Parts: sequence; C-alpha cells; structure tokens
Amino acid sequence: MKNATRFSAATGAGEQKAVPPALPRARAGDRDGVLRIALPIIVLALGLAVWELVVRIKNIPPYVLPSPSLVLQTLAADWALLSRSLLVTLITTFEGFLLAAAGGVGLAVLFNQSRLVEYSLYPYAVILQVTPIVAVAPLLLIYLPQRAAVLACAWIVAFFPVLANTTLGLNSVDRNLADLFALYHSSRAQVLWRLKLPSALPYILGGLRIAGGLSLIGAVVAEIAAGSAGAGSGLAYRIAESGYRLNIPRMFAALLLLSFAGIVIFYLLSLINHLALRRWHESALQGER
Amino acid sequence: MPAPATSSIVALHGVGKTFPNGTTALAGLELDVRQGEFLSLLGPSGCGKSTALRIIAGLSEPSAGSVAWPRPANTRSGRRIGFVFQEPTLMPWANVFNNVLLPLNLHNAPARQAAERVEAVLGRVGLLPFGRAYPRELSGGMRMRVSIARALVTEPELLLMDEPFAALDEITRFKLNDDLLQMWQALQTTVVFVTHSVFESVYLASRVVVMAARPGRVFSELAIDAPYPRDRNFRTSSEYAAFCREASAALAQAMAAGA
Repeated sequence: MKNATRFSAATGAGEQKAVPPALPRARAGDRDGVLRIALPIIVLALGLAVWELVVRIKNIPPYVLPSPSLVLQTLAADWALLSRSLLVTLITTFEGFLLAAAGGVGLAVLFNQSRLVEYSLYPYAVILQVTPIVAVAPLLLIYLPQRAAVLACAWIVAFFPVLANTTLGLNSVDRNLADLFALYHSSRAQVLWRLKLPSALPYILGGLRIAGGLSLIGAVVAEIAAGSAGAGSGLAYRIAESGYRLNIPRMFAALLLLSFAGIVIFYLLSLINHLALRRWHESALQGER
Repeated sequence: MPAPATSSIVALHGVGKTFPNGTTALAGLELDVRQGEFLSLLGPSGCGKSTALRIIAGLSEPSAGSVAWPRPANTRSGRRIGFVFQEPTLMPWANVFNNVLLPLNLHNAPARQAAERVEAVLGRVGLLPFGRAYPRELSGGMRMRVSIARALVTEPELLLMDEPFAALDEITRFKLNDDLLQMWQALQTTVVFVTHSVFESVYLASRVVVMAARPGRVFSELAIDAPYPRDRNFRTSSEYAAFCREASAALAQAMAAGA
C-alpha cells in the first residue's frame, strides 16, 4: 500500500494500484477467523459431552467403550509409557519424511535432467506408490532389520507425492523466463538452481505437506505389522498391544496422541509453506487487493 | 535523423521460418537493422514480427536464410542483447533488485560492480526506492519498468522489444513511450520495437518497417524523419498525423496483400 503512494511521488500518476478501504474487510476477516476456531471447538465439546453421557447413562463397560474422561485419565496415568512410544513413532516419521523429501526432490531433479533415467525408473516409482503399503510391510520386515523396514515403509508411502509434485513444478516454468535464461547463455546448473527449483518451490512444499501426514501413516502401518511379529515400541505398537490385552482406554489414548501428532505435523508444514511463499506466491496471498 | 550512412548492426537475408506443425511464419524476410536507429516492426497479428525478433535474439533458428552480424561479438558470453517480452516476465520469488541483477549474475559479474549497475539502471527507470519490493506488489506499468531495467542492465548494443506496452493502459503507455525514447537517446543503443499500433510506432521510431502476413515478410518501409526529442507536442502535431496516415495506409495495403 505505501509502495503505491511512494511511486506516485516518484514517477507520476496513472501507474499506482487502486487501494480500496481496508478496514471493513479486515473486520469481516476477524469475525470469520473467530468462527473458524470457535465452531470446531463447540462441535468437539458437544461430541465429547454426548459420548460421556451415553457411556454413563447406559453404563457401558470401559473394555467396550471408555468414556472421554477415562481416556484422558489413562493418558495421564500412562504418560511415561505413551510419551516414550510417541517419541519413537515421531522419530521414525521424521526420518521417513526427510528421506522422502530428499528422495522425492532428488529423483524429480534427476528425471528432469535426464530423460533416459526418467523413462527407466518412473514406472517403478508408480508401482511403489500403487501397491498397498499394508501388503508390502510384512515382506519388508522379512528382508530388512526392523528399524530399516519401518523407515522404508514411511519412505515408500511419502516420497511419491513429493516426486510427482516436484516433477510438475519443474515442468511449470514460465516459458518466457526460460527464454530469458537462454538469451543470457545460462548453464544447465544455473537454469536448475535459479529458475526451475524456485519455480517448483510451491509445488514441492505442497508435496511435502502431503508427505508429512503420509510418513506418519507409513510408520504406523509398519509398526503394526512389526508389532504382530513380536517387536517394536512405537505408538502404533502400543495400540496393537493394548488391543490384545483389551486395554481399550489405552488404545484410545494412544490413538489420540497419534491424531494429535498428525495435526501438529500438518500445521507445522503449512506454517513453513506460508513463511516460504508469503512474499510472492498467489497461494499465500492475504485477502488484500 | 536517421543518419542514412550508419552501419548495419544485424541483417536478415532471405530468412524463412516454418514451424514443425507446417505453419510458415516467415518467408524471404529482408531486414537490415542499422546502428543507433529506433526501428519499429509494424504489422497485423500473425505476420511473424515476433518470430523475426526471436530469430534476431537467437532464441529461434531460421529454417532458411541467414542472420549476419557484421561486427564480431565483443564479449565472452556472446553479444549483449536485451529482450523485453510482452509480459514483464519477472521472477515472482525475487525482489526488484534481484530481478534486475539476474543477467549480471548469470554472467558472474563481480558483486560490487553489479550492484552499482543495478542501482543506476533502477534510477533510470524511476524505481530506485523499490529495490526490495516484490513483483506482485507493483502495478503493471512498474513491472514493465523493471523488465526494461533488466534488459538495459547489461548495457546491450541491441534492445529487442516485443509489444512491451500492449497490455498497459494508455496513460501508462504514453509515459513509458516518453521514458523509453529518453533512455534510447541517453544510452545511444539500437532498438527494434515490435508493435501493432500505428500510433505507437510512428511516435517512437526513426524507421517503421511494415510487415505483411501469410507468409510474414517486409511489405514496405517508412522513414519517420521528425527530430528527437519527441514529446506531447509531436504527438498532437499535424506532422505526426501525416506520418500516421501514411503508416496506416501502408498497413492497410499490407493487410490486403496478406489476406
């Protein structure tokens, strides 16, 4: 906004952007923001209240359906055990995510630079993606040490969206900008680092946002598969184990932690996305125009 | 103006361009761009004027004929050519300063010297206070100024412009016309300016080349020997009107010939 004013002083009228009054818009935005936070919380509170009431009135035993209050109590009581398991799962997820990010972006760049490599490997990337991970996990556990197998699962599930999105991004370069780089006789490396990767950044970040949630899923699937093989200590393993022992409140508590971890991962990646793109990309623009 | 005996900076001889889909954009194009002139290529859309510009820039290879540069390239990284596209074509992720710095960066120019040149050229287009602004924070006219600054930062011997002001409103366009003429005179560079506006080409150019379509070729040419600097008075003069009438007539004939 202040840019437009400064410019009219510098070079004369006729080129500044129209500046609509911003205030009423902002107020409407505030109200909208409050609703966006308040409404889901109200829905959650109502749901929990109904759940609690049903369990108490019908006197449902905890091994069939524990009340929300019991789940919270269990979460507090078993915190030492559950938090250790949460940490294990989070570390697997994080490592799987990093490998997926590096592998997805790396493969996409490789495919972009060499058509031969792309033709040779792309079908297998697709096969890895379309084969259900639940079916692959037990096999991986046979051939790999357990830790590596869990990581491999997280990676397989998460890398494809990064690969696909990055490939799309690398191919979405403005043609005129590409011409401009050609005009100045840029090297392949310059085109890659200064043109293709920055152009692809919004796509890469979009892929990473999907990959974050998926690597958690991959880790959980592998832990459950590994759990039935008799080893592991992650959160998903706790869920499987509590299931065998009919410790249903602990199952719910572990599940709660898993969803919470998923939500945190999603918003963390959204925040990174926003911080990286807010100055220039349409997707990160505020309502102001 | 223009001085008749000036030497050629680039000449196109019998240039033809046929695209892989079979479209013939140019056939037998003869064009001689002279040192220091402001040449305007005027023609209906589809007459291949943009293609001709891309061939001069080396962005496209002619399928027939030749492009001759009488003087050898004097820099390691080829000829200094500036290109301004129809759209501003800025990198949205980089601020104004870094957008203008790009050509120097790509040529690995020393940082200190490059920064000085960017500031000088930003000053020339009146955007010095906007170095840290991002393209999306600027108006269309300002973005085009950044684009021109980027083309000028290498001090090109030849500046190629492909309908750069077509998308701008008239007030902004007139202002940029005047500023462009001023820069052309100050920098003593050569400009090839593609447009489909009779009024713009007559106002700016020292020589207007009228092109006909199907296939694209030179139809006629017109020397606009009104003195520079030109300003608002020229735009409203009877001399200007006469040149416009002449150019309009030539364009009408060219379109009849191309239809």
